[in-house]
Amino acid sequence: MTHSSPGSAARPTAPHLTVWRWHVTMLASILHRASGMALYVGALVLAGWAVSLASGPDVYAGYTALLGSIPGEVALFGLTVAVFYHLASGVRHLIWDWGQGFELATASLMAWASIAIGVLGAVLVFILAALEGAL
Amino acid sequence: MAGYRTDLARARGLGSAKRGVGTWIAERVTAAALIPLVLWGVWSALGLARGGYDGAVAWLSSPLNAVLMALLIGVGFFHMQAGLKVVIEDYVHAPASKAVLLLLNLFVCVLIGAVAIFSVLKVALSGGAG
Repeated sequence: MTHSSPGSAARPTAPHLTVWRWHVTMLASILHRASGMALYVGALVLAGWAVSLASGPDVYAGYTALLGSIPGEVALFGLTVAVFYHLASGVRHLIWDWGQGFELATASLMAWASIAIGVLGAVLVFILAALEGAL
Repeated sequence: MAGYRTDLARARGLGSAKRGVGTWIAERVTAAALIPLVLWGVWSALGLARGGYDGAVAWLSSPLNAVLMALLIGVGFFHMQAGLKVVIEDYVHAPASKAVLLLLNLFVCVLIGAVAIFSVLKVALSGGAG
């Protein structure tokens, strides 16, 4: 908060991003918000799926063809990374909310693990999709 | 001396009005619920991707699938609304823009969530006809 209400003294502000030495927990924190905002789009894709299914075979065929196109599948892969990253990083936050995992080494490990789970989870899902002939 | 102080003066500096806690906890509770729901959703999407229209209608005609899908959408949009609300409150400080964005976030989540859940129920209850 940098603004102040009339009559109150200027409040101290938190140090800006640029004065911190870079650390993986910073990246994980930024990615948690970014993936959450990406999943806003993901939720709209899910809602679009439900609406297209309720609209009949023709609309559903058109919608799934759009998702199955190359740009569609690239977007779906990105959203799947966001799903697995936000899930793993969310568990990381729940562990913190529980009062555990604040040691520097543990926090860094959980940040790296969240990033790994995000990428590997999405790769695994797309390998399974390819094996099942769903791509 | 203390008896002459106003309620506001006594409350100042003593922390929140104790109303933010419920919002904070609701975000965590929905997060916990979404762990199994989202994993189930991703797993289901793999099967749905090759089933086509008839496969999707048959899948959603199962009561368990319909209920879990409605829950995934409902809990998901609730959590999403709570999450973006925090982001807006953190970064947007102009009162007018903040109010407009918070309302927009709430209305979009409720409207799209309601339309999506209605669509799920329509397919589940009517077998997708019409």
